[in-house]
Amino acid sequence: MNVHTNHPPVPLLEVRGLTVEFATRRGTVRAVEQVDLDVAKGETLAIVGESGSGKSVTSYTVMRILDRAGRIAEGSMTFSGVDLVAASEKQVRALRGREMSMIFQNPRAALNPIRTVGRQIEDVLKEHALAGSADAKEKAIAALTEVRIARPEERYDAYPFELSGGMCQRIVIALALACRPQLLIADEPTTGLDVTTQKAVMDLVMELTRARGMSTLLITHDLGLAAAYCDRVMVMEKGRVVETALAGTIFKAPSHAYTRKLMRATPRGGVTLRDLLPEGSDLTPPEPRPAAATDGTPLLTVTSLVKEYPKKGVGLTLARLMGRGTDEDLTPFRAVDGISFAVGRGESLGLVGESGCGKSTTSMMVNRLTDRTSGSLVFDGIDIGAIPARQFARSPLRRRIQMVFQDPTDSLNPRFQVGRAIADPILRMGTPMNGAALKARVEELARLVGFPEHLLDRFPHQLSGGQKARVGIARAIALDPDLVILDEPTAALDVSVQAVVLNLLQDLKIKLGMSYIFVSHDLEVVRLLCDRVVVMRAGRIVEQGMTREVLSNPQDPYTRELLSSIPHPPV
Amino acid sequence: MLGKILKRLGTVVPSLIGVVIVTFLLTRVMPGDPAAYFAGPAATPEAIEEIRRSLGLDRPLLEQFLAYVVDLAQGDLGTSLTTGLPVMHEITTRLPASAELTLLGLIVSMAIALPLGVLAAVRQGSWIDHLSRVIATAGVSLPVFFTGLLLVYVFYFILGWAPAPMGRLDFFFSDPERVTGFFLIDSLLMGDLELFRAAFSQIWLPALTLGIFSLAPITRMTRASMLAVLASDFVRTARANGLPPGKVVITYAFRNALLPIITTLGMVFSFLLGANVLVEKVFAWPGIGSYAVEALIASDFAPVQGFVLAMAILYVLLNLLIDILYGVIDPRVRIEA
Amino acid sequence: MTATPTSLPAEKAATGLLAHARHIVTENPVTGLSFGLFILFLLAGLVGPHVVPYDPLASDTAAALAPPSAAHWFGTDQLGRDIFSRVVVATRLDMTIAIASVALVFVVGGLAGLAAGYFGGWTDQVVGRICDTIMAFPLFVLAMGIVAALGNTVTNIVLATAIVNFPLYARVARAEANVRRDAGFVQAARLCGNGEWRILLGQIMPNTLPIMMVQVSLTMGYAILNAAGLSFIGLGVRPPTPEWGIMVAEGAAFIVSGEWWIAFFPGVTLMLAVFCFNLLGDGLRDLVDPQRRT
Repeated sequence: MNVHTNHPPVPLLEVRGLTVEFATRRGTVRAVEQVDLDVAKGETLAIVGESGSGKSVTSYTVMRILDRAGRIAEGSMTFSGVDLVAASEKQVRALRGREMSMIFQNPRAALNPIRTVGRQIEDVLKEHALAGSADAKEKAIAALTEVRIARPEERYDAYPFELSGGMCQRIVIALALACRPQLLIADEPTTGLDVTTQKAVMDLVMELTRARGMSTLLITHDLGLAAAYCDRVMVMEKGRVVETALAGTIFKAPSHAYTRKLMRATPRGGVTLRDLLPEGSDLTPPEPRPAAATDGTPLLTVTSLVKEYPKKGVGLTLARLMGRGTDEDLTPFRAVDGISFAVGRGESLGLVGESGCGKSTTSMMVNRLTDRTSGSLVFDGIDIGAIPARQFARSPLRRRIQMVFQDPTDSLNPRFQVGRAIADPILRMGTPMNGAALKARVEELARLVGFPEHLLDRFPHQLSGGQKARVGIARAIALDPDLVILDEPTAALDVSVQAVVLNLLQDLKIKLGMSYIFVSHDLEVVRLLCDRVVVMRAGRIVEQGMTREVLSNPQDPYTRELLSSIPHPPV
Repeated sequence: MLGKILKRLGTVVPSLIGVVIVTFLLTRVMPGDPAAYFAGPAATPEAIEEIRRSLGLDRPLLEQFLAYVVDLAQGDLGTSLTTGLPVMHEITTRLPASAELTLLGLIVSMAIALPLGVLAAVRQGSWIDHLSRVIATAGVSLPVFFTGLLLVYVFYFILGWAPAPMGRLDFFFSDPERVTGFFLIDSLLMGDLELFRAAFSQIWLPALTLGIFSLAPITRMTRASMLAVLASDFVRTARANGLPPGKVVITYAFRNALLPIITTLGMVFSFLLGANVLVEKVFAWPGIGSYAVEALIASDFAPVQGFVLAMAILYVLLNLLIDILYGVIDPRVRIEA
Repeated sequence: MTATPTSLPAEKAATGLLAHARHIVTENPVTGLSFGLFILFLLAGLVGPHVVPYDPLASDTAAALAPPSAAHWFGTDQLGRDIFSRVVVATRLDMTIAIASVALVFVVGGLAGLAAGYFGGWTDQVVGRICDTIMAFPLFVLAMGIVAALGNTVTNIVLATAIVNFPLYARVARAEANVRRDAGFVQAARLCGNGEWRILLGQIMPNTLPIMMVQVSLTMGYAILNAAGLSFIGLGVRPPTPEWGIMVAEGAAFIVSGEWWIAFFPGVTLMLAVFCFNLLGDGLRDLVDPQRRT
């Protein structure tokens, strides 16, 4: 990392006392307050913060692309000698794309869906007079080559929907760097991308910007990512800067309490779940439930499980009807391709893989919401795979297999009070009880998951993400299930909330003697929570074993790739 | 591309079958005895029986349907009781009058609505935005026959700028030689400017009525879809890359916004073809709409049935055209379909 | 946008919807106005026939074709009937047709769409096919055909209006049910042991109701227009029954000779009624779906 220690860095971007206000229905809201920041020539600065910290608003303000409701209330911004606050829209436009540019999260949406990517690059080149009609195509293809797009001449004519997410992000980078600007602002550039793609994209951005001596401002929620790729890190909380430090020092000696909390909460090697919680938390482990006598057989045994989806489309149906079309066209798509594993009683099993690997399909078959194509699912001696998903709601086994969903907002009916959501499984499948007993039970469950009882009559939209996650957990454990499937239960949560929820899940498991299947893309979280891990890729299991062994000594090259893609902060 | 259009043509077939079945069923669900209905009020029982046989109403329903389809395939829509002429002949001669009026109305409204909707979205909250909102809400509330009457009162009775609402051409003129059937075009083809002016003076008021009617939905949709596109990520990218507002609004936003607008056009056509009937009645326009209304009043069912069928086929074809247009603009449809 | 002070969370929980409604009415006076207009139409429909100054059917040839005056606020028609009384009395009939047809299609179309969107498969195929067939016709033309075939009665006007509106309701309900069929809370309800019908009616339907109510308000205006258009061309209601469409049709002949009031007042009333429902629909949409404000 090139830290400028010998000579005072030349500030390319200088922001002083920036305050941004938004006019909302409920009055004026300050999204950013008194923010100071400097980006030196050739420097990489990260702004790190959780949702609502004002990190994205800060970057939009620098680009002067705030939406209509937002305005700069106070402060100054100077970019390369230009006063960005006073500059006219026309002056700023001349800078955008030419001197400073930006890449965004969700790359597919960031590209015009009905214009070829080559033309979109040409638009930028022509606008900044870096290409004429004669050489535009040539230069656009050169820009594609620079971001390592294979076969750039062909891709020049491609539309965004024909390219993968990672490829689209490369195009967005090519757009941003086409005019060789001095500053690149990257707003969560890898959120939503798989971990291996994330590494490739970040490596590419850093390589290109370093080679050109550009400055970079990286906006991210991931402290690890920031520390691994940036010279300096600035931490924001609720619109204010709490700390700015060199990437090396911030991990060793975080000075602000919020930074320490954030750092602690970030899952990483060499710590336990308890270490994620803020200092001074109650660390007493729960009283384990006395184990029932068992014969030692696993709770769930999955053997040669397969899920196929027929390919769709009018053309294909026609082809099928007429008996035409290649064999490949007619073969159904195998989302899960013959996998076998077991879950022991009281065990946590991690199910890991990138998007499209079949881990979610597997969990939906195990919890009997989706029918399997073939294979067996033996739960406590009964092949539950043989019971159709539609009828499983009436099976006495239903109450023993429950699930916590990925998106806590989506998993709660917006028209029902959350107390009713928790009561639903008891009403449908529990022993009949009167209103008072039901109320008492719901309150007991709320206490168990640490959900404030007085909020039980609220609607989901009146709760925070962490509170909604707790409601989802309370509903899942309401009937004392044996197996709970956790489908990325913390993916939508901020890292500090994630730390608390993970600990809660761990404690509940011990207290109630449950088994978990934990579906995740995050190996660091799996390392902390799971006893054993199954690594999936393209519908198959590439490796499984004890978490400790698999993650410290991976046998399969894919597992190794996954592990090496996790950003590691400098130690 | 041609293959795709052919494939899309194939999907029209079920719609057409549905249309034919429904129009056939409409005649069979008529209360009372269709034979008595077709025979007229003064017919004797023997005459009704005779008509029943000749219409094939004594045969099974399926057989009747087949006969109906065979007639249709030969272009036979039956005969009008009041005029004694074949329905098919009347509809084909009157169709250009209706088509000319409807198209002109649509052109008028698109010419106003598209720029208005775009400006309203770009300058959200400005006076032009408020104007477009008023037009959009007030426009859909206007009963088209009432607008027509108001316009006649103002422009004919008070101002005298328009001739009496009496058809396509003043009786003083004779029809232009039929080439397209559109008087405005045919008169120009003949090089007769006087005739063109006469035809235009008759058509502008009803066309304006239809234009005002379809102004609202197109403005509304243009504004809404422009607003949605302007808030999208790729417009933000285009702005962040320093593209000028004109390029952002036209090349990036408007072309994308066109997609939902084109979809709405299907609905607009549905309303326009219906409104056309009412406008034709108000302006005594000799199109297929007023033909159907006259037949309705005379309880003459064959023309009504032929009219419903003709309108439906026209509408199905218009929707086909819209779909093809959509594919031309949207590469996702073009390549995937 | 006005900067209303933030209310306390607890207070908001209880009065959230009401406060939001008040906010919309005060923020947008047009919505408030349309609500007032709606009350007026409701009153005219309920008590109109008992309070009008003249018998709507009584002709008085001596006073025929009189322009608006103190005695006859809206003037008289060619038979000397008082237009004001006729316009007010007609409210009940026009509203009844609109409300009956909308209520019919709300239940039938809504349920069909919900089932199609949730169950998919052949249910979806059948409902979709019915919608496609109806939509293959220009709607007003189909309504004409249906009334002509079924017979020239008010009941058939109601039926025809409901049929041509069926696809609009079925498609909205279908889309709403379809996006939720695999939503997290639906999956959760399955895990809680709920049967499919219970999920459809208990979990999904309450979520589709707001959008459906907006649809009701927006198509109400269309239903009134549709019915008036049909009577304008001589279908459905017959003279001398007072009805807005038919009154405009009767006045049409006198426009060219300058007796504007015969067609004008029923026409304006018709327009106001439709306008009122459309504005209410827009206001209602703002209320239930703030993201889709246009």
